[in-house]
Amino acid sequence: MSAAAITPDLIAQHQLTPDEYQKIVSILGREPSYTELGIFSVMWSEHCSYKSSRLHLKKLPTRGELVVQGPGENAGIIDIGGGYVIAFKIESHNHPSFIEPFQGAATGVGGILRDIFTMGARPIAVMDSLRFGRLDDSPNAARNRRILGGVVSGIAHYGNCFGVPTVGGECIFESCYDGNPLVNVFALGVCRKEDIFYAKAAGVGNPVIYVGARTGRDGIHGASMASAEFTEESKQKRPNVQVGDPFMEKLLLEACIEAMHTGAVVGIQDMGAAGLTCSTCEMGSRGEVGIEIELDRVPQRETGMTPYEIMLSESQERMLLVADKGREEEVFGVFRKWGLEAVEIGTVTNDGKLRVRQHGLIVAEIPNRELADEAPLYDRPHTKPLRHVPMNGPRLPVADVQSALPALLASGDLCSKRYIWEQYDYLVRSSTVAGPGADAAIIRIKETGTSVAMSLDGNGRYCYLSPREGAMLAVAESCRNLSTVGAQPVAATNCLNFGNPERPEIMAQLVEAIEGMSEACRFFDTPITGGNVSLYNETLGEGIYPTPVIGIVGLMKTTQPTGIAFRNPGRTVMLLGGVGHCDEQRFGSTQYAKVILNQLWGLPPALDLDREKRVQNAIREIVIAGLAESAHDLSDGGLAVALAECSFAGVGARIELDSDLRSDLLLFHEGPSRVLLSTEHPEQITAIAAKHGIEAPVVGVTIEKEIEVRQKTRQVALWEIEALKTAYEQALEAHVR
Amino acid sequence: MKFGVIVFPGSNRDHDAFYAAANILGQKAEFIWHDAATLGDLDAVILPGGFAYGDYLRCGAIAKFSPIMKAVKKFAAEGGLVLGICNGFQILVEAGLLPGALIRNRGLKFICREVELRPGTTDSPFTCASRKDRTYRVPIAHGEGCYFADERTLDELEAEDRVAFRYVGNPNGSLRDIAGILSPERNVMGMMPHPEDAIEPLMGSSDGLVVFQSLLSATAPFGHGSVKQVHA
Repeated sequence: MSAAAITPDLIAQHQLTPDEYQKIVSILGREPSYTELGIFSVMWSEHCSYKSSRLHLKKLPTRGELVVQGPGENAGIIDIGGGYVIAFKIESHNHPSFIEPFQGAATGVGGILRDIFTMGARPIAVMDSLRFGRLDDSPNAARNRRILGGVVSGIAHYGNCFGVPTVGGECIFESCYDGNPLVNVFALGVCRKEDIFYAKAAGVGNPVIYVGARTGRDGIHGASMASAEFTEESKQKRPNVQVGDPFMEKLLLEACIEAMHTGAVVGIQDMGAAGLTCSTCEMGSRGEVGIEIELDRVPQRETGMTPYEIMLSESQERMLLVADKGREEEVFGVFRKWGLEAVEIGTVTNDGKLRVRQHGLIVAEIPNRELADEAPLYDRPHTKPLRHVPMNGPRLPVADVQSALPALLASGDLCSKRYIWEQYDYLVRSSTVAGPGADAAIIRIKETGTSVAMSLDGNGRYCYLSPREGAMLAVAESCRNLSTVGAQPVAATNCLNFGNPERPEIMAQLVEAIEGMSEACRFFDTPITGGNVSLYNETLGEGIYPTPVIGIVGLMKTTQPTGIAFRNPGRTVMLLGGVGHCDEQRFGSTQYAKVILNQLWGLPPALDLDREKRVQNAIREIVIAGLAESAHDLSDGGLAVALAECSFAGVGARIELDSDLRSDLLLFHEGPSRVLLSTEHPEQITAIAAKHGIEAPVVGVTIEKEIEVRQKTRQVALWEIEALKTAYEQALEAHVR
Repeated sequence: MKFGVIVFPGSNRDHDAFYAAANILGQKAEFIWHDAATLGDLDAVILPGGFAYGDYLRCGAIAKFSPIMKAVKKFAAEGGLVLGICNGFQILVEAGLLPGALIRNRGLKFICREVELRPGTTDSPFTCASRKDRTYRVPIAHGEGCYFADERTLDELEAEDRVAFRYVGNPNGSLRDIAGILSPERNVMGMMPHPEDAIEPLMGSSDGLVVFQSLLSATAPFGHGSVKQVHA
């Protein structure tokens, strides 16, 4: 064992508390070596161990009729019928993307893709949920633009080359993300049910094989970096960010899938956060076996690497697999064909220990289970969620609805993200039925002839005002997006982005958001099959809005999805769910309050889960029956923004609203449970809505070129579609340049 | 007819091309690994889209050295039909089977977008089923698709009626709006847009079929079997 002295300073540098250190000593029955200390520090980091969140994550629903694999593996798996399954998960790469936007985002894509294909599934879709600081009106605007540009190029670089379509996502701008951009990447893959692979070692004496890129000194302590706040010194952490090679990953994908099909692979796991350390001890722990490796055999990019460096490196595009003894050559043959290095670096043992040797000498020897599964668990104190805004807003000024809509459409959150998504290949694999810009992305599964829909949603403003209600609203919106395209939501994955959990008012945000998400996911029957928690999103003491992001997948119940655009003039326009209601307190969370009034107050929109579900059941039935020519759910920006989005293909509408609400509240409130649709069959739609106990008032008729809104016969606005579209389409590019 | 789809390390629209030939056109198709020395018995070869060898050097600059490229050159020299799409076009240019170069898009960014194409000629096995009086909606997805060549080459391409497709509304700065070109013998075509991604209504356009239908009708008279009904 190496004799480096373990001092309190060294322990603190590894972000281990004295108590945690004592636990290590008692597990080992002795002082750890320097290498062992490093191994424990990454495995017990917040990023890998979920030590602050685990207690509360248990509240999430994880079981369901279609769930084949829930949390605990590299990705969740859902049965889609016809002998096929889909594997999907979302992961954050927030911290690396702040330090080095291009590579940080690129390796974020790489990491989640490996999580998918390590399960045996070929990735067929990616979506991204992005948060940046504001591009206008911020002293950091130039830096925010650079981060945005780098992140988008990084995602494009990796996904395009790898050959997976990037089919949707979201992109929001708030000052709180100035020093803490969020990059959450969702990926989904497909495979035959009997071809699922697990990250589990088995079979004493079986060889442990390392494949893919060589190990270098990059990314050492990446997982620990992602578990701390940013300070002035964080800029020195650039070398902690890994460099991605999407071409290597593409080869790795093809080779791994081919190797799995030989039948000689027992278990496989990618080397992501905490690299070789995490993959060895987790595979051993899951299989209740030990793993012994010899570091001299690990392919290395640099000379003179220490055991500590090799074990903690987060070099990308590496996998660890266990093969059937005697059939190694079949596996090696596949990797040779693809020009990849595959080396036997160790064996599966029966003693339950992770034993690491270098030059034959033992440099680390740790019980797998204690290392992987017995990380500290904290019930961190939580009080009232942090919030520094009033319950009651300002006196609302006289509404200028006419000029508010173009201003909203040109704002960062609502404007067209075409500038971003055109840089992504959203068509490769020729299976994109609905791509960026739709309510939900739809991907056809060629193997089964069916399609799956997916949607990513999160709203930090709502969650800041009420973490519980905000999280529930995100789930409701995501499910509504799926229902509006004709899909049945079936399962979810979540990415929980929060600040420092050691602050009780931040911990309270996390706890309430998880509880809200649990309640909503239970209600909509969308179990969470996996996900990721990203804490410590704080720079110089400034935290982000609590930003839980939910990704929900649904099974398409029709082959004829309905788009959002009005297609023909003369159609009846209906508002399923009605105009809704909103008081001034609930108006403080809207985009109108943000963009037009530059304020935030009150509470998020009121959500009635039962009513939401009935609206969703109604719209799904309407779309499946082919009764709607267009359908678009109402969300950010309310009715007016939805009307504009439905009109950008050139057909607008004349809307007559019989309501006593103030016109700004009426047109811009963000009350959920509403869908705007155009149809030739209003009676049938009314009947379906009535059956579900939902009102579906006729609110107007589609017309050419214009949107006109009348309230109680008085005209409140008249917009030319072309002008609105110009504002909408050109805003982002103008901001970025 | 029988298609061969070359798989280079890093090809990623190989499955799309295969699906178009086999599932949509109902023709025989097989993948051919880049390491193979021969093509076997084929009527047409497709060099698919992707990032062969990661395109870390110039696009296609390494792929041209793949063993299979010798067989592709021989096949082309003997009059075989060779279609290079996107990265495949870049490889054909690097291999010297087509003139010019594909350089970074004018905006220096990757662009994925549906574009409109107008056939430059109907006198080729790749465009004979097309009509010059209409346009075709087909997507592009590339970062380096700006067609570049010296004036003399461009003049020659036009004089010899070898511009297969032109962009309507040039997305990437290609000289003279060129989206696809033919070899002097007209049996090799390279194009940046992806006809294989526009072959079914659910893809948003079926206009890309015109390239495959052209190939079918061009080969049918020479005894390669009848043209099957295209189910799209």
